[in-house]
Amino acid sequence: MRVKKPSVGALLLGLIPFVAMCLSVSLWDRIEPMIFGLPFNLFWLIAWIVLSSLCMWAAYRVEVARDRKDSGVQ
Amino acid sequence: MSPSAVSLATIFVIVAMGVAIGFLAGVHRKMDLEQWTVGGRGFGAVLMFLLMAGEVYTTFAFLGASGWAYSRGGPTLYIMAYLTLAYVVSFFILPQIWEVGRKYGMQTQSDFFTMRYGNKYLAGFVCVVGIASFIPYLQLQITGVGIIVSIASFDGIGRTPAMAISVVLLVAFVFASGVRAVAWVSVLKDVLMVLAAVSIGIGIPYIHFGGIGPMFAALAHSRPAHLTMPGATANLGHTWYISTVLLTSLGFYMWPHAFGAAFTAKSGDTLRRNAVVMPLYTITLAFIFFVGFTAVLVVPGLPNGDLSLLTIVRKSFPPWFLGVIGGAGALTAMVPASIFILTAATLFAKNLYRPIFAPAMTDDQVAKLARVMVVVLGLISLVLAIYKSATLVGLLLTGYAGVTQFFPGVVLGLYWRRVTMRGVFTGMIAGVATVIFLMLSHRDPLFGWSAGFLALCLNFLITALVSWLTPAIVVPE
Repeated sequence: MRVKKPSVGALLLGLIPFVAMCLSVSLWDRIEPMIFGLPFNLFWLIAWIVLSSLCMWAAYRVEVARDRKDSGVQ
Repeated sequence: MSPSAVSLATIFVIVAMGVAIGFLAGVHRKMDLEQWTVGGRGFGAVLMFLLMAGEVYTTFAFLGASGWAYSRGGPTLYIMAYLTLAYVVSFFILPQIWEVGRKYGMQTQSDFFTMRYGNKYLAGFVCVVGIASFIPYLQLQITGVGIIVSIASFDGIGRTPAMAISVVLLVAFVFASGVRAVAWVSVLKDVLMVLAAVSIGIGIPYIHFGGIGPMFAALAHSRPAHLTMPGATANLGHTWYISTVLLTSLGFYMWPHAFGAAFTAKSGDTLRRNAVVMPLYTITLAFIFFVGFTAVLVVPGLPNGDLSLLTIVRKSFPPWFLGVIGGAGALTAMVPASIFILTAATLFAKNLYRPIFAPAMTDDQVAKLARVMVVVLGLISLVLAIYKSATLVGLLLTGYAGVTQFFPGVVLGLYWRRVTMRGVFTGMIAGVATVIFLMLSHRDPLFGWSAGFLALCLNFLITALVSWLTPAIVVPE
Protein backbone atom coordinates (compact mmCIF):
# COMPACT_ATOMS: atom_id res chain seq x y z
CA MET A 1 0.00 0.00 0.00
CA ARG A 2 2.44 2.59 -1.20
CA VAL A 3 1.10 6.08 -1.80
CA LYS A 4 2.70 9.25 -2.99
CA LYS A 5 3.51 11.44 -0.01
CA PRO A 6 2.56 15.12 -0.20
CA SER A 7 5.50 17.38 -1.00
CA VAL A 8 7.17 19.40 1.74
CA GLY A 9 6.21 22.65 0.02
CA ALA A 10 2.51 21.74 0.00
CA LEU A 11 2.69 20.63 3.65
CA LEU A 12 4.24 23.94 4.68
CA LEU A 13 1.53 25.82 2.80
CA GLY A 14 -1.09 23.69 4.58
CA LEU A 15 0.49 24.52 7.93
CA ILE A 16 -0.09 28.26 7.46
CA PRO A 17 -3.90 28.11 8.00
CA PHE A 18 -3.37 25.95 11.10
CA VAL A 19 -1.04 28.51 12.62
CA ALA A 20 -3.27 31.43 11.63
CA MET A 21 -6.68 30.05 12.61
CA CYS A 22 -5.82 27.71 15.47
CA LEU A 23 -2.45 27.84 17.23
CA SER A 24 -2.14 31.65 17.32
CA VAL A 25 -5.58 32.19 18.89
CA SER A 26 -4.32 34.15 21.90
CA LEU A 27 -2.83 36.78 19.58
CA TRP A 28 -6.07 37.63 17.76
CA ASP A 29 -8.90 36.72 20.15
CA ARG A 30 -9.97 40.26 20.99
CA ILE A 31 -12.71 42.73 20.11
CA GLU A 32 -10.64 45.79 19.20
CA PRO A 33 -9.89 47.01 16.62
CA MET A 34 -13.30 46.39 15.08
CA ILE A 35 -13.03 46.07 11.31
CA PHE A 36 -16.03 46.53 8.99
CA GLY A 37 -18.09 46.58 12.18
CA LEU A 38 -16.94 43.08 13.17
CA PRO A 39 -15.07 42.13 16.35
CA PHE A 40 -11.42 41.51 15.48
CA ASN A 41 -11.51 37.74 16.15
CA LEU A 42 -14.48 37.20 13.85
CA PHE A 43 -12.99 39.41 11.16
CA TRP A 44 -9.67 37.55 11.43
CA LEU A 45 -11.32 34.14 10.94
CA ILE A 46 -13.42 35.29 7.98
CA ALA A 47 -10.31 36.79 6.35
CA TRP A 48 -8.44 33.53 6.91
CA ILE A 49 -11.16 31.44 5.31
CA VAL A 50 -10.34 33.27 2.09
CA LEU A 51 -6.58 33.23 2.69
CA SER A 52 -6.68 29.50 3.52
CA SER A 53 -8.35 28.82 0.22
CA LEU A 54 -5.50 30.78 -1.45
CA CYS A 55 -2.88 28.78 0.48
CA MET A 56 -4.47 25.54 -0.69
CA TRP A 57 -4.59 26.82 -4.24
CA ALA A 58 -0.84 27.43 -4.02
CA ALA A 59 -0.36 23.95 -2.54
CA TYR A 60 -2.37 22.57 -5.44
CA ARG A 61 -0.06 24.31 -7.92
CA VAL A 62 2.96 22.84 -6.11
CA GLU A 63 1.54 19.30 -6.28
CA VAL A 64 0.50 19.59 -9.92
CA ALA A 65 3.96 20.91 -10.89
CA ARG A 66 5.58 18.00 -9.06
CA ASP A 67 3.30 15.42 -10.67
CA ARG A 68 4.10 16.86 -14.08
CA LYS A 69 7.85 16.74 -13.39
CA ASP A 70 7.63 13.16 -12.12
CA SER A 71 5.74 11.90 -15.13
CA GLY A 72 8.21 13.77 -17.38
CA VAL A 73 11.15 11.92 -15.79
CA GLN A 74 9.68 8.45 -16.26
CA MET B 1 -55.48 31.31 9.95
CA SER B 2 -53.66 31.55 13.23
CA PRO B 3 -49.94 32.37 13.13
CA SER B 4 -48.98 28.86 14.20
CA ALA B 5 -51.11 27.30 11.44
CA VAL B 6 -49.44 29.53 8.84
CA SER B 7 -45.89 28.71 9.93
CA LEU B 8 -46.56 25.00 10.37
CA ALA B 9 -48.26 24.80 6.97
CA THR B 10 -45.27 26.50 5.33
CA ILE B 11 -42.89 24.03 6.97
CA PHE B 12 -45.11 21.19 5.85
CA VAL B 13 -45.09 22.37 2.23
CA ILE B 14 -41.28 22.68 2.18
CA VAL B 15 -40.72 19.26 3.74
CA ALA B 16 -43.33 17.73 1.40
CA MET B 17 -41.46 19.23 -1.56
CA GLY B 18 -38.28 17.60 -0.28
CA VAL B 19 -39.98 14.23 0.16
CA ALA B 20 -41.54 14.49 -3.31
CA ILE B 21 -38.14 15.10 -4.87
CA GLY B 22 -36.86 12.10 -2.92
CA PHE B 23 -39.64 9.83 -4.16
CA LEU B 24 -39.16 10.94 -7.77
CA ALA B 25 -35.44 10.17 -7.56
CA GLY B 26 -36.19 6.72 -6.15
CA VAL B 27 -38.86 5.68 -8.66
CA HIS B 28 -38.07 3.19 -11.47
CA ARG B 29 -34.94 1.85 -9.89
CA LYS B 30 -34.39 -1.64 -8.67
CA MET B 31 -33.53 -1.50 -5.00
CA ASP B 32 -30.82 -4.03 -4.24
CA LEU B 33 -28.32 -3.39 -1.46
CA GLU B 34 -25.82 -1.46 -3.58
CA GLN B 35 -28.50 0.66 -5.19
CA TRP B 36 -30.08 1.42 -1.88
CA THR B 37 -26.94 2.50 -0.08
CA VAL B 38 -24.42 3.81 -2.57
CA GLY B 39 -26.69 4.79 -5.43
CA GLY B 40 -25.29 1.94 -7.51
CA ARG B 41 -21.87 3.70 -7.60
CA GLY B 42 -23.01 5.73 -10.58
CA PHE B 43 -22.56 9.08 -8.90
CA GLY B 44 -21.24 11.80 -11.16
CA ALA B 45 -19.15 14.66 -9.84
CA VAL B 46 -22.12 17.00 -9.43
CA LEU B 47 -24.23 14.56 -7.44
CA MET B 48 -21.19 13.70 -5.35
CA PHE B 49 -20.52 17.34 -4.56
CA LEU B 50 -24.13 17.81 -3.53
CA LEU B 51 -23.98 14.80 -1.28
CA MET B 52 -20.79 15.97 0.41
CA ALA B 53 -22.09 19.51 0.84
CA GLY B 54 -25.36 18.07 2.11
CA GLU B 55 -23.50 16.32 4.87
CA VAL B 56 -21.59 19.39 5.97
CA TYR B 57 -24.43 21.76 6.76
CA THR B 58 -26.59 19.94 9.21
CA THR B 59 -28.95 21.45 11.72
CA PHE B 60 -25.83 21.72 13.85
CA ALA B 61 -24.61 24.65 11.75
CA PHE B 62 -28.08 26.18 11.73
CA LEU B 63 -29.35 25.97 15.30
CA GLY B 64 -26.25 24.73 17.13
CA ALA B 65 -23.78 27.39 15.94
CA SER B 66 -26.22 30.22 16.69
CA GLY B 67 -27.12 28.50 19.95
CA TRP B 68 -23.53 28.58 21.14
CA ALA B 69 -23.06 32.17 19.91
CA TYR B 70 -26.00 33.01 22.16
CA SER B 71 -25.25 30.89 25.22
CA ARG B 72 -21.43 30.59 25.15
CA GLY B 73 -20.25 33.52 23.01
CA GLY B 74 -16.65 33.52 21.78
CA PRO B 75 -16.05 29.73 21.94
CA THR B 76 -18.54 29.25 19.09
CA LEU B 77 -15.88 30.63 16.72
CA TYR B 78 -14.16 27.25 16.86
CA ILE B 79 -16.77 26.00 14.34
CA MET B 80 -15.57 28.39 11.65
CA ALA B 81 -11.93 27.42 12.16
CA TYR B 82 -12.46 23.68 12.30
CA LEU B 83 -14.53 23.41 9.13
CA THR B 84 -11.97 25.39 7.16
CA LEU B 85 -9.04 23.39 8.54
CA ALA B 86 -10.87 20.10 7.91
CA TYR B 87 -10.64 20.83 4.19
CA VAL B 88 -6.94 21.65 4.56
CA VAL B 89 -6.45 18.21 6.18
CA SER B 90 -8.47 16.57 3.41
CA PHE B 91 -6.00 17.87 0.81
CA PHE B 92 -3.30 15.67 2.32
CA ILE B 93 -5.22 12.45 2.93
CA LEU B 94 -8.26 12.11 0.66
CA PRO B 95 -6.42 11.80 -2.69
CA GLN B 96 -4.25 9.06 -1.13
CA ILE B 97 -7.28 7.28 0.35
CA TRP B 98 -8.93 7.46 -3.06
CA GLU B 99 -5.80 6.03 -4.68
CA VAL B 100 -5.56 2.96 -2.43
CA GLY B 101 -9.32 2.58 -2.62
CA ARG B 102 -9.21 2.28 -6.38
CA LYS B 103 -6.25 -0.07 -6.28
CA TYR B 104 -7.88 -2.55 -3.89
CA GLY B 105 -11.55 -1.98 -4.71
CA MET B 106 -12.51 -0.51 -1.32
CA GLN B 107 -16.02 0.76 -0.73
CA THR B 108 -16.13 1.62 2.95
CA GLN B 109 -13.89 2.82 5.74
CA SER B 110 -13.91 -0.63 7.27
CA ASP B 111 -12.59 -2.07 3.97
CA PHE B 112 -9.59 0.22 4.40
CA PHE B 113 -8.83 -1.19 7.84
CA THR B 114 -9.38 -4.78 6.68
CA MET B 115 -7.07 -4.31 3.70
CA ARG B 116 -4.32 -2.40 5.46
CA TYR B 117 -4.17 -4.33 8.72
CA GLY B 118 -5.63 -7.72 7.71
CA ASN B 119 -7.75 -8.18 10.83
CA LYS B 120 -11.54 -8.42 10.79
CA TYR B 121 -11.86 -7.69 14.49
CA LEU B 122 -10.06 -4.36 14.10
CA ALA B 123 -12.37 -3.55 11.19
CA GLY B 124 -15.32 -4.64 13.33
CA PHE B 125 -14.20 -2.41 16.20
CA VAL B 126 -13.99 0.52 13.79
CA CYS B 127 -17.61 -0.19 12.79
CA VAL B 128 -18.79 -0.33 16.40
CA VAL B 129 -17.12 2.99 17.27
CA GLY B 130 -18.43 4.53 14.03
CA ILE B 131 -22.01 3.46 14.71
CA ALA B 132 -21.81 4.56 18.36
CA SER B 133 -20.51 7.98 17.27
CA PHE B 134 -23.36 8.39 14.79
CA ILE B 135 -25.93 8.09 17.56
CA PRO B 136 -25.30 11.50 19.20
CA TYR B 137 -25.07 13.01 15.70
CA LEU B 138 -28.51 11.55 14.88
CA GLN B 139 -29.85 12.61 18.24
CA LEU B 140 -28.69 16.13 17.38
CA GLN B 141 -30.74 16.23 14.16
CA ILE B 142 -33.85 14.86 15.85
CA THR B 143 -33.56 17.35 18.70
CA GLY B 144 -33.22 20.07 16.04
CA VAL B 145 -36.48 19.11 14.31
CA GLY B 146 -38.20 18.99 17.70
CA ILE B 147 -37.06 22.56 18.42
CA ILE B 148 -38.18 23.78 14.99
CA VAL B 149 -41.66 22.30 15.18
CA SER B 150 -42.32 23.40 18.74
CA ILE B 151 -41.22 27.01 18.10
CA ALA B 152 -43.06 27.20 14.76
CA SER B 153 -46.25 25.98 16.44
CA PHE B 154 -45.88 28.84 18.96
CA ASP B 155 -45.32 26.16 21.59
CA GLY B 156 -48.61 24.43 20.69
CA ILE B 157 -46.87 21.16 19.85
CA GLY B 158 -44.51 19.80 22.46
CA ARG B 159 -40.98 18.76 21.62
CA THR B 160 -41.48 15.07 22.34
CA PRO B 161 -44.35 14.50 19.87
CA ALA B 162 -42.52 16.66 17.34
CA MET B 163 -39.39 14.51 17.65
CA ALA B 164 -41.43 11.31 17.39
CA ILE B 165 -43.04 12.56 14.17
CA SER B 166 -39.66 13.49 12.76
CA VAL B 167 -38.26 9.99 13.40
CA VAL B 168 -41.24 8.37 11.65
CA LEU B 169 -40.81 10.71 8.67
CA LEU B 170 -37.09 10.04 8.59
CA VAL B 171 -37.46 6.26 8.55
CA ALA B 172 -40.21 6.43 5.92
CA PHE B 173 -38.06 8.71 3.79
CA VAL B 174 -35.03 6.44 3.99
CA PHE B 175 -37.07 3.32 3.19
CA ALA B 176 -38.79 4.91 0.27
CA SER B 177 -35.78 6.17 -1.54
CA GLY B 178 -32.23 5.55 -0.32
CA VAL B 179 -29.16 7.62 -0.94
CA ARG B 180 -29.79 8.88 -4.47
CA ALA B 181 -32.93 10.61 -3.25
CA VAL B 182 -31.02 12.19 -0.41
CA ALA B 183 -28.49 13.73 -2.78
CA TRP B 184 -31.21 15.43 -4.81
CA VAL B 185 -33.15 16.68 -1.81
CA SER B 186 -29.94 18.26 -0.59
CA VAL B 187 -30.05 20.61 -3.60
CA LEU B 188 -33.29 22.10 -2.32
CA LYS B 189 -31.97 22.09 1.22
CA ASP B 190 -28.72 23.86 0.37
CA VAL B 191 -30.33 26.60 -1.70
CA LEU B 192 -32.86 27.25 1.07
CA MET B 193 -30.22 27.08 3.78
CA VAL B 194 -27.89 29.64 2.15
CA LEU B 195 -30.77 32.01 1.34
CA ALA B 196 -32.14 31.66 4.86
CA ALA B 197 -28.76 32.22 6.51
CA VAL B 198 -27.90 35.32 4.49
CA SER B 199 -31.35 36.89 4.79
CA ILE B 200 -31.68 36.49 8.54
CA GLY B 201 -27.97 37.16 9.14
CA ILE B 202 -28.34 40.58 7.54
CA GLY B 203 -32.03 41.20 8.28
CA ILE B 204 -32.18 40.52 12.00
CA PRO B 205 -29.30 42.81 13.08
CA TYR B 206 -30.75 45.45 10.73
CA ILE B 207 -34.27 45.26 12.19
CA HIS B 208 -33.11 45.55 15.80
CA PHE B 209 -29.97 47.68 15.58
CA GLY B 210 -29.86 49.17 12.08
CA GLY B 211 -27.01 46.94 10.91
CA ILE B 212 -24.37 44.35 11.79
CA GLY B 213 -21.79 46.94 12.89
CA PRO B 214 -24.12 48.75 15.33
CA MET B 215 -25.24 45.38 16.73
CA PHE B 216 -21.66 44.35 17.53
CA ALA B 217 -20.93 47.82 18.90
CA ALA B 218 -23.88 47.49 21.29
CA LEU B 219 -22.83 43.99 22.34
CA ALA B 220 -19.20 45.04 22.81
CA HIS B 221 -20.43 47.89 24.99
CA SER B 222 -22.85 45.95 27.21
CA ARG B 223 -21.33 42.43 27.25
CA PRO B 224 -17.70 42.77 26.09
CA ALA B 225 -16.61 39.46 27.63
CA HIS B 226 -19.20 37.56 25.59
CA LEU B 227 -17.44 38.16 22.29
CA THR B 228 -14.07 36.62 23.17
CA MET B 229 -13.07 33.32 24.76
CA PRO B 230 -14.01 31.88 27.24
CA GLY B 231 -17.14 34.02 26.72
CA ALA B 232 -19.97 33.05 29.05
CA THR B 233 -18.21 29.83 30.11
CA ALA B 234 -15.67 29.11 32.82
CA ASN B 235 -13.44 26.62 31.03
CA LEU B 236 -13.68 27.06 27.25
CA GLY B 237 -10.57 29.20 26.85
CA HIS B 238 -7.71 29.19 24.37
CA THR B 239 -6.40 25.75 25.36
CA TRP B 240 -9.86 24.32 24.79
CA TYR B 241 -10.11 26.15 21.47
CA ILE B 242 -6.80 24.81 20.13
CA SER B 243 -7.40 21.24 21.29
CA THR B 244 -10.99 21.19 20.03
CA VAL B 245 -10.16 22.68 16.63
CA LEU B 246 -7.38 20.10 16.19
CA LEU B 247 -9.64 17.22 17.30
CA THR B 248 -12.51 18.14 15.02
CA SER B 249 -10.55 19.19 11.94
CA LEU B 250 -8.53 15.96 12.00
CA GLY B 251 -11.70 13.98 12.68
CA PHE B 252 -13.96 15.48 10.03
CA TYR B 253 -13.11 12.96 7.31
CA MET B 254 -12.95 10.10 9.79
CA TRP B 255 -16.77 10.01 9.85
CA PRO B 256 -17.59 6.80 8.00
CA HIS B 257 -19.88 8.52 5.49
CA ALA B 258 -17.38 11.27 4.69
CA PHE B 259 -14.48 8.80 4.40
CA GLY B 260 -16.53 6.49 2.17
CA ALA B 261 -17.61 9.37 -0.04
CA ALA B 262 -13.97 9.87 -1.05
CA PHE B 263 -14.00 6.49 -2.83
CA THR B 264 -16.76 7.61 -5.16
CA ALA B 265 -14.89 10.66 -6.49
CA LYS B 266 -13.87 10.70 -10.15
CA SER B 267 -10.16 11.18 -9.40
CA GLY B 268 -7.73 12.16 -6.67
CA ASP B 269 -7.35 15.49 -8.41
CA THR B 270 -11.09 16.22 -7.97
CA LEU B 271 -10.67 15.77 -4.22
CA ARG B 272 -7.67 18.11 -4.14
CA ARG B 273 -9.53 20.79 -6.04
CA ASN B 274 -12.50 20.34 -3.73
CA ALA B 275 -10.18 21.06 -0.80
CA VAL B 276 -9.18 24.38 -2.40
CA VAL B 277 -12.75 25.61 -2.96
CA MET B 278 -14.73 24.14 -0.06
CA PRO B 279 -13.36 26.43 2.70
CA LEU B 280 -15.19 29.35 1.06
CA TYR B 281 -18.47 27.58 1.76
CA THR B 282 -17.93 28.04 5.50
CA ILE B 283 -18.40 31.82 5.19
CA THR B 284 -22.17 31.21 5.48
CA LEU B 285 -21.55 30.44 9.14
CA ALA B 286 -20.74 34.10 9.84
CA PHE B 287 -24.37 35.00 9.10
CA ILE B 288 -25.59 32.36 11.52
CA PHE B 289 -23.30 33.81 14.19
CA PHE B 290 -24.73 37.30 13.57
CA VAL B 291 -28.20 35.99 14.44
CA GLY B 292 -27.03 34.29 17.62
CA PHE B 293 -25.15 37.38 18.81
CA THR B 294 -28.13 39.66 18.08
CA ALA B 295 -30.34 37.32 20.10
CA VAL B 296 -28.14 37.87 23.17
CA LEU B 297 -29.46 41.41 23.46
CA VAL B 298 -32.95 41.00 21.97
CA VAL B 299 -34.25 37.77 23.55
CA PRO B 300 -32.17 37.29 26.70
CA GLY B 301 -32.83 34.59 29.27
CA LEU B 302 -33.83 31.63 27.07
CA PRO B 303 -33.50 28.30 28.92
CA ASN B 304 -31.61 26.75 25.98
CA GLY B 305 -29.40 28.63 23.52
CA ASP B 306 -30.39 26.34 20.67
CA LEU B 307 -33.82 28.01 20.73
CA SER B 308 -32.34 31.45 20.07
CA LEU B 309 -32.25 31.53 16.25
CA LEU B 310 -35.89 30.58 15.76
CA THR B 311 -37.11 32.61 18.73
CA ILE B 312 -35.62 35.78 17.33
CA VAL B 313 -36.88 34.96 13.81
CA ARG B 314 -40.36 34.53 15.29
CA LYS B 315 -40.05 37.88 17.03
CA SER B 316 -38.76 39.71 13.95
CA PHE B 317 -40.69 38.33 10.99
CA PRO B 318 -44.25 37.30 9.99
CA PRO B 319 -45.29 33.66 10.58
CA TRP B 320 -44.90 32.57 6.94
CA PHE B 321 -41.25 33.57 7.03
CA LEU B 322 -40.75 31.68 10.28
CA GLY B 323 -42.21 28.74 8.34
CA VAL B 324 -39.70 29.15 5.52
CA ILE B 325 -36.77 29.26 7.95
CA GLY B 326 -38.24 26.34 9.90
CA GLY B 327 -38.74 24.33 6.71
CA ALA B 328 -35.16 24.99 5.62
CA GLY B 329 -34.05 23.98 9.09
CA ALA B 330 -36.13 20.79 9.02
CA LEU B 331 -34.61 19.71 5.71
CA THR B 332 -31.19 20.63 7.09
CA ALA B 333 -31.82 18.04 9.77
CA MET B 334 -33.55 15.37 7.68
CA VAL B 335 -31.07 15.16 4.80
CA PRO B 336 -27.94 14.53 6.88
CA ALA B 337 -29.87 12.34 9.32
CA SER B 338 -30.88 10.10 6.41
CA ILE B 339 -27.26 9.80 5.36
CA PHE B 340 -26.09 8.99 8.89
CA ILE B 341 -28.79 6.43 9.52
CA LEU B 342 -28.19 4.74 6.14
CA THR B 343 -24.44 4.61 6.68
CA ALA B 344 -24.70 3.31 10.23
CA ALA B 345 -27.29 0.65 9.35
CA THR B 346 -25.26 -0.59 6.38
CA LEU B 347 -22.06 -0.62 8.45
CA PHE B 348 -23.80 -2.77 11.02
CA ALA B 349 -25.24 -5.29 8.58
CA LYS B 350 -22.54 -5.49 5.94
CA ASN B 351 -19.30 -4.70 7.71
CA LEU B 352 -19.93 -5.84 11.26
CA TYR B 353 -22.60 -8.53 11.51
CA ARG B 354 -21.95 -10.52 8.34
CA PRO B 355 -18.13 -10.81 8.47
CA ILE B 356 -17.99 -11.61 12.18
CA PHE B 357 -21.19 -13.51 13.02
CA ALA B 358 -22.76 -14.81 9.82
CA PRO B 359 -20.41 -15.15 6.86
CA ALA B 360 -23.04 -17.21 4.99
CA MET B 361 -25.62 -14.40 4.80
CA THR B 362 -26.86 -13.48 1.34
CA ASP B 363 -26.93 -9.89 0.07
CA ASP B 364 -30.70 -9.99 0.37
CA GLN B 365 -30.57 -10.89 4.04
CA VAL B 366 -27.96 -8.20 4.65
CA ALA B 367 -30.25 -5.61 3.05
CA LYS B 368 -33.14 -6.76 5.26
CA LEU B 369 -31.00 -6.54 8.37
CA ALA B 370 -29.90 -3.04 7.34
CA ARG B 371 -33.53 -1.97 7.11
CA VAL B 372 -34.26 -3.32 10.57
CA MET B 373 -31.26 -1.37 11.84
CA VAL B 374 -32.61 1.86 10.34
CA VAL B 375 -35.63 1.52 12.61
CA VAL B 376 -33.58 0.45 15.64
CA LEU B 377 -31.13 3.36 15.29
CA GLY B 378 -33.99 5.80 14.78
CA LEU B 379 -35.64 4.62 18.00
CA ILE B 380 -32.42 4.68 20.04
CA SER B 381 -31.73 8.26 18.95
CA LEU B 382 -35.31 9.27 19.70
CA VAL B 383 -35.19 7.84 23.21
CA LEU B 384 -31.87 9.60 23.86
CA ALA B 385 -33.22 12.86 22.44
CA ILE B 386 -36.19 12.67 24.80
CA TYR B 387 -34.39 11.62 27.97
CA LYS B 388 -30.88 13.02 27.70
CA SER B 389 -30.61 16.71 27.05
CA ALA B 390 -27.40 18.28 25.82
CA THR B 391 -26.64 21.27 23.62
CA LEU B 392 -26.41 20.53 19.91
CA VAL B 393 -22.72 21.44 19.88
CA GLY B 394 -22.12 19.21 22.90
CA LEU B 395 -23.65 16.25 21.04
CA LEU B 396 -21.49 16.77 17.98
CA LEU B 397 -18.31 17.02 20.07
CA THR B 398 -19.17 13.68 21.68
CA GLY B 399 -19.37 12.04 18.25
CA TYR B 400 -16.08 13.63 17.19
CA ALA B 401 -14.28 12.37 20.26
CA GLY B 402 -15.17 8.87 19.00
CA VAL B 403 -14.46 9.02 15.26
CA THR B 404 -11.21 10.98 15.55
CA GLN B 405 -9.70 7.91 17.23
CA PHE B 406 -9.49 6.42 13.71
CA PHE B 407 -7.08 9.12 12.60
CA PRO B 408 -3.79 7.48 13.70
CA GLY B 409 -4.77 4.20 12.03
CA VAL B 410 -5.63 5.97 8.80
CA VAL B 411 -2.79 8.46 8.53
CA LEU B 412 -0.04 6.15 9.80
CA GLY B 413 -1.51 3.37 7.67
CA LEU B 414 -1.00 5.55 4.62
CA TYR B 415 2.38 7.06 5.42
CA TRP B 416 4.28 4.88 7.90
CA ARG B 417 5.17 1.41 6.65
CA ARG B 418 6.29 0.26 10.09
CA VAL B 419 2.89 0.70 11.81
CA THR B 420 1.38 -2.62 12.90
CA MET B 421 -2.12 -3.99 13.43
CA ARG B 422 -1.49 -4.54 17.12
CA GLY B 423 -0.19 -0.97 17.46
CA VAL B 424 -3.28 0.53 15.85
CA PHE B 425 -5.68 -1.77 17.70
CA THR B 426 -4.25 -1.10 21.18
CA GLY B 427 -3.92 2.62 20.46
CA MET B 428 -7.52 2.85 19.33
CA ILE B 429 -8.84 0.88 22.30
CA ALA B 430 -6.89 3.11 24.67
CA GLY B 431 -8.21 6.24 22.92
CA VAL B 432 -11.83 5.12 22.95
CA ALA B 433 -11.62 3.92 26.58
CA THR B 434 -10.16 7.29 27.61
CA VAL B 435 -12.97 9.14 25.83
CA ILE B 436 -15.65 7.00 27.46
CA PHE B 437 -14.11 7.37 30.91
CA LEU B 438 -13.58 11.15 30.71
CA MET B 439 -17.00 11.85 29.23
CA LEU B 440 -19.03 9.61 31.52
CA SER B 441 -17.27 11.03 34.57
CA HIS B 442 -17.94 14.58 33.32
CA ARG B 443 -14.28 15.44 32.97
CA ASP B 444 -14.56 17.07 29.53
CA PRO B 445 -12.76 19.45 29.27
CA LEU B 446 -9.97 18.19 31.51
CA PHE B 447 -7.81 21.08 32.82
CA GLY B 448 -9.02 23.12 29.85
CA TRP B 449 -8.14 20.44 27.27
CA SER B 450 -10.74 18.72 25.11
CA ALA B 451 -11.10 15.12 26.34
CA GLY B 452 -11.21 13.73 22.80
CA PHE B 453 -7.94 15.48 21.98
CA LEU B 454 -6.17 14.07 25.04
CA ALA B 455 -7.43 10.62 24.06
CA LEU B 456 -6.13 11.16 20.52
CA CYS B 457 -2.65 12.04 21.82
CA LEU B 458 -2.60 8.90 23.97
CA ASN B 459 -3.84 6.88 21.01
CA PHE B 460 -1.00 8.17 18.79
CA LEU B 461 1.59 7.51 21.46
CA ILE B 462 0.46 3.93 22.13
CA THR B 463 0.06 3.16 18.43
CA ALA B 464 3.65 4.24 17.76
CA LEU B 465 5.07 2.52 20.84
CA VAL B 466 3.37 -0.85 20.31
CA SER B 467 4.21 -0.72 16.59
CA TRP B 468 7.89 -0.41 17.45
CA LEU B 469 7.68 -3.34 19.84
CA THR B 470 5.77 -5.69 17.51
CA PRO B 471 7.12 -7.23 14.32
CA ALA B 472 6.30 -5.42 11.08
CA ILE B 473 3.39 -6.79 9.05
CA VAL B 474 3.50 -7.63 5.40
CA VAL B 475 1.46 -5.05 3.56
CA PRO B 476 0.21 -5.64 0.03
CA GLU B 477 2.20 -3.45 -2.36
